[in-house]
Amino acid sequence: MSSYIKRPNRALQLYAVLFLIVLYVPVLFIPLFSFNDSIYVRFPLQGFTLQWYGELWTREPVWNALWNSVKVGLVVSVISTVLGVMAARAITRTRMRGKGALVTFIMMPLVIPGIIFGVALLVLLSRMGVPLSLYTVGLGHLIICLPFAVATLLPRFEGFDPSMEEASADLGENGWWTFWRVTFPMVLPGIVASLLLTFTISFDEFIMAFFLTGTDPTLPMYIWGQLRFPKEFPSVLAMAALILFVSFALVFVAQWIGRKGLEDQE
Amino acid sequence: MAETSLPKSRTADRPPRASGSRILRLFQRSESARGYLMMGPTLAIMTFGIVVPFVILLVISLWTRQGFGFDTTLTLNNYIRSWNEPIYGTLMLRSFWMSGVATVATVLLCYPMAYFVAFHVHRNKMLWIILMTLPFWTSYLLRVFAWKVILGYEGVINSGLMSAGLIEAPLSFLLYSPTAVIITLAHAWAAFAILPLYVSLEKIDRSLLEAATDLGDGPMARFFRVTLPLSMPGVIAASFLIFIPTTGDYITPALLGGPDGAMIGNLIQLQFGAVNNWPMGATLSIVLMFWIAALALVFLLVTRKVQGRIT
Amino acid sequence: MTPSDRFISIRNVSKRFGAFTAIEEVSMDIAQGEFFSLLGASGCGKTTLLRMLAGFESTSNGEIFIDDQPMSDVPPHHRPVNMVFQSYAIFPHLNVRDNIAYGLRKQKLTAARRAEMVEEMLDLIKLPGYGSRKANELSGGQRQRIALARALILRPKVLLLDEPLGALDKQLREQMQLELRALQRQVGITFVFVTHDQEEALTLSDRIAVMSGGKVLQVDTPAGLYEAPRTRAVASFIGNMNFFHGTVRRNGSAMAAIEAEGLGTIPMATAQLTKPDGAPVHIGLRPEKFSLSPTRPEAGLAVEGRLRTAAYMGERSQYYLSIPGKAEPVAVSAPNTDRRMGADDLPEGQALWLSWSPEAIVILDTD
Repeated sequence: MSSYIKRPNRALQLYAVLFLIVLYVPVLFIPLFSFNDSIYVRFPLQGFTLQWYGELWTREPVWNALWNSVKVGLVVSVISTVLGVMAARAITRTRMRGKGALVTFIMMPLVIPGIIFGVALLVLLSRMGVPLSLYTVGLGHLIICLPFAVATLLPRFEGFDPSMEEASADLGENGWWTFWRVTFPMVLPGIVASLLLTFTISFDEFIMAFFLTGTDPTLPMYIWGQLRFPKEFPSVLAMAALILFVSFALVFVAQWIGRKGLEDQE
Repeated sequence: MAETSLPKSRTADRPPRASGSRILRLFQRSESARGYLMMGPTLAIMTFGIVVPFVILLVISLWTRQGFGFDTTLTLNNYIRSWNEPIYGTLMLRSFWMSGVATVATVLLCYPMAYFVAFHVHRNKMLWIILMTLPFWTSYLLRVFAWKVILGYEGVINSGLMSAGLIEAPLSFLLYSPTAVIITLAHAWAAFAILPLYVSLEKIDRSLLEAATDLGDGPMARFFRVTLPLSMPGVIAASFLIFIPTTGDYITPALLGGPDGAMIGNLIQLQFGAVNNWPMGATLSIVLMFWIAALALVFLLVTRKVQGRIT
Repeated sequence: MTPSDRFISIRNVSKRFGAFTAIEEVSMDIAQGEFFSLLGASGCGKTTLLRMLAGFESTSNGEIFIDDQPMSDVPPHHRPVNMVFQSYAIFPHLNVRDNIAYGLRKQKLTAARRAEMVEEMLDLIKLPGYGSRKANELSGGQRQRIALARALILRPKVLLLDEPLGALDKQLREQMQLELRALQRQVGITFVFVTHDQEEALTLSDRIAVMSGGKVLQVDTPAGLYEAPRTRAVASFIGNMNFFHGTVRRNGSAMAAIEAEGLGTIPMATAQLTKPDGAPVHIGLRPEKFSLSPTRPEAGLAVEGRLRTAAYMGERSQYYLSIPGKAEPVAVSAPNTDRRMGADDLPEGQALWLSWSPEAIVILDTD
């Protein structure tokens, strides 16, 4: 394309760099203070230490909370992605009456504050006599993750030539085999994106967890509890820093694999 | 005609099978039925998760607290109270104000960034997107806490400015104030602004910009007359994605709002916690939803009018 | 086994989408081994009809039979038909070999046998050795051939083609047309071909069904449609046609003639003309059936006209002349037998004589 429209703009470049700095600095404080030799999280820094990481190892409740969050996150991401695939396929491939209203209905959690869902579900569950637990948290997360899954998968299905599936049927494959051999490979990037997105949302979700947690806390709930105890706090920071490192690593590995895949194709 | 050179195939001569049962055939005939069946589980969950709780919420909002239980006579008392007693109205207005400012600030600040990646990054766009969204893989709570560190009495800004000799005493308005909440909200929700903005900017057909240039527009004019209007869907989406969830936020105000920076979310949360007045909490939730819907409608109408004027 | 004349039988088929009727009471029979085309403008229902043959749309009314078997409850993956899609629908995540062999999965063949079959197909479509190429490395024409191979390898009873040549440029398209025709003759399978390009349909088909607005206007051989169209609609859809109103003139049973606007009285053979004296009639004359000369021809029917415009088209020129008694100009098409640099040697207003023979006249149903 013409290079006139895309002339480099120094001001914008500077802005972009500044933006990234402002974006990352607060986040980088977390690993920064996890190495700080002081139980107080404030400046000036007191020296480098790994003791908080060491303490983390022995602190069982932290690992339990982490494991709880992972469990809930995995279940929620898988279920919401599977349902999202079915819903996206139904929306884009079949002529249903009232489709528009249906899609709006499913997307509603995106436009309603989480606190309202948390509150409403709490009321419902308490009237039904269901005790609060990780299951109730999972249910709450499922409700807010489903719209995200559908929103991620819908463009993938829409951008997908429907005659591919028809060709597969024409060549002898029934619905199930067509899905496996044609649809699934082609929407796979969307599926992966949906899994990642919904896992992330569930993993970090606090507002609904606050209302729906029973005796087993998720990680955000645990962190919230620890915010009032300065002694425990640095090891929580260590945990968060670890999570940050792991996510960075995962993302870069995924990028690298994705890049390799593209290169193989060329 | 000779049926020569095609490879022999075994299924060609078998008579075609009609598919199994009558019910199955009914599904094959009716696309609508198939579609709804596929969406079944999703619909069930969403109904259970959205419709049922809201109905119950509505019902409870009409009850009154009585000891540890409820007086189930239907009454609009809670709604009347929420209208009359000033604290509710004030908090709600303040919440909308703070969310609104945060939304505007976020969208304004993120727009140039999204523009940069859409128009000025030619390789590795994906990498930039990931770079911008990676911070949000950390715990929301901890990011809020990080801002507490920055804005605090002995935090980064104050100690930095003091050691540079620019101020003598720490600035107190930075923390435990509405300003702190707004800054933190803007930072925390930036990703939700960047992605929709980027997507809508990326979609703009570059040849439209070339046409505008050809017809005499300089870069500024081109931006306001072509790029901005065409990116409006992204702006609207971003605004909604930030405004709506933040009105109900209570973590940020709780951690750094102080008494002046409290939001309606805090009050609702209290109703279900310490105050233990569930009916009132339900009422406030419904009133909040109502006002959000009203504001959203007004916003959409206004933007449609503005778009009509521009184009 | 003698090839059946009603290998595909479409009987009173209608298709409605909500309030919109896409196909109304369509019936036709397609013979085994025939190259049959569905021709019509966009929206006439031809693609919908094709998709009903494939099984992707159900019929609202009527029945479809293939090889004497009713198809209404048979889903697409069980039908003995295969389709070449307009977009080719080549699977991007599979290479050429896996694309072609896609439908063979259910046949429990050994890998060696499958590879052998794929190689045979690649030879047939003249792309030998392309097996390991990726789908996105192929040009449009190559993809089209892969789509063909993928369908033909399953040896269907009927091959359906949905405007397969539409995306190709003119020269490639003409080459593919010839190849397609030769292929069909070679494999002997019934082809049902959908197109909006009448030249294509006329070149390729044994018979053509002309469709418009969800109905079939006429089913006939190419020559039949071109030289003997039954209605004005068909006549104007295929090729160009000059239309003339006229009145029948009879004198007893011996003589019959048509008084046509601008052309005078034309004697016709009585076998052709069954209407009574004084009845209105429409006739048509194709542009190439006229001859032009500067002076009146010695014998035969002729009329003098004035040249309005001329268009130079390479192998022929198209002339528009106005004749007294007729409002619209008459189109005349003549081959450029001399080398001429443009049509400037015939100035506007030039008087020319048009002549034609009565056998070239087509009598159209008044509709």
